[in-house]
Amino acid sequence: MTSISLLTTNAAVLSTSDSGPAAIPADGGQTAPSVVWTVLRHEVRNLPKNRGVLLFALTMLLLSESVLRLTGSGARALTAMLNIVLVIVPLVTLVFGVISWHASREFNELLLAQPVRRRSLFAALYLALVAPLAGAFTIGLLTPFIVHRAITSEAIALLLATVGAGCALTLVFGGLALLIGVSVDDRLRGVALGLAVWLLLTVAYDGLVLLVATTFADYSLERPMLALTLFNPVDLARALIVMQSDTAALMGYTGAVMHRFLGSALGSVASLLGLVAWIVIPALTARRAFEQRDF
Amino acid sequence: MNSEARPFPAPLVEFRGVMKQYSGRTVLDGIDLDIDCGAVTAVVGPNGAGKTTLNKALLGLVRPTSGRIAFGGIDIDRQIAYRGRIGYMPQSPSFPETFSARDVLTLLADLRGTDRPRDESLVHDFALAQFLEQPVRLLSGGQRQRLNAAAAFLFTPDLLLLDEPTAGLDPIASGILKDKIRAVRDEGRAVMITSHVLSELEELADAVVFLHEGRVSWSGPLAQLIEQTQCATLERAIASLMGKSSPTPRASVGAAELVA
Repeated sequence: MTSISLLTTNAAVLSTSDSGPAAIPADGGQTAPSVVWTVLRHEVRNLPKNRGVLLFALTMLLLSESVLRLTGSGARALTAMLNIVLVIVPLVTLVFGVISWHASREFNELLLAQPVRRRSLFAALYLALVAPLAGAFTIGLLTPFIVHRAITSEAIALLLATVGAGCALTLVFGGLALLIGVSVDDRLRGVALGLAVWLLLTVAYDGLVLLVATTFADYSLERPMLALTLFNPVDLARALIVMQSDTAALMGYTGAVMHRFLGSALGSVASLLGLVAWIVIPALTARRAFEQRDF
Repeated sequence: MNSEARPFPAPLVEFRGVMKQYSGRTVLDGIDLDIDCGAVTAVVGPNGAGKTTLNKALLGLVRPTSGRIAFGGIDIDRQIAYRGRIGYMPQSPSFPETFSARDVLTLLADLRGTDRPRDESLVHDFALAQFLEQPVRLLSGGQRQRLNAAAAFLFTPDLLLLDEPTAGLDPIASGILKDKIRAVRDEGRAVMITSHVLSELEELADAVVFLHEGRVSWSGPLAQLIEQTQCATLERAIASLMGKSSPTPRASVGAAELVA
């Protein structure tokens, strides 16, 4: 047996974090924050080599730059970016999440064979998926605004709402992606299911709600419509953004109902709470599936 | 066997009535098995016999439908610490494409977070030093398998769980790995190997466990198997068993039996 030599250099570099050496609980395994931090640290260090995340950041940057140049105003550019954000962020997160899960499934088995709790490892894998994507989205969207000094007083609230809604959608669809990945063993089926979920929530849902509304036009449907809005995170994100811009025409049917029924401030809070529920429920369901499944 | 090196009294691992069913299909059917320190135990059987499920049940990757598995005398149900004493070498190594070989080893080291001594001999013997900084996606299949082996042996585990360990290795690397397995066995640690290459197992194994349709069909010292079946090789002996497999009530393949 030889003493450690090849790994000491790197181990020394890794152990220079503020938290110091990982704490070991009584049962000998790693603590949950330690596992999450350890996995995230490795992911972040390798982020410059992650072509998928880099491509997403570059795409958002080019779109943001192009729209900003075309419109010439920060507020107008953000309004024009609304539907791009609402369509692209869920699509990229779902597809990237499902594919990443399946690509790393065998490595995840190796990680699960280490003395770590499944709950801790799931939290690490979830954050390692959504944090880089949310970061890529934010950097790609914001950079042109910062470079062109387009963050004016009239655009700041809309900009914050857009970034917040985009990051929230990343968390929502990251949880859904892991839920699909954990539940569906076949990668192609998983991607197909992801695309179906994306199509339903970004395109079909508003159409179905509108169909219900026109079919039952003789009835008072505002409360049911409001309830239906809560069932779609994309509508919630859209409502959250547009309530900062007063461009009700861009809200979609469900967003318009929410704006009319609740008013701007209450509508924003309701949207936010709805999004939080959409973040928490899929992530917790995915975690439960991850804890219970056989690998 | 060096008894002072033993961290636990024998047996190190106990399977008792372990059953696993998937969608009504029985994959493990009442496995009773002991794994002792200081022995290389070969788990053999046809495809679908339950070998991989047995390994995964021991690692907690698969939860048995019923039965009990103990490591070092402690029930592993909902425990995680014992995994720090196992070095697992999966059949098909798959590492994140953006990671370098060094990233893989340091991530595993950080997750284990133990102060156990590290055994880098395979990193040196496999000449992995020159590949440590390369992204894993640029490594050949053989280089990945070497990394896979090095990771399993790195943390001086009490039990090595090796699934097709020499698959994809060239003859030199394969020889180095076999020597390492023997050395670990001689230190008093336990080795459990699953492989389809029976000639290779014949070189290494002290004991054989033959799984058939999820049951332990035969187990005991290799020499006893050869004698009992009157076959010249392990391959022929296993073929003979496959023709007339019958489950045994309790399979103990401990070092004590081997000595006896």
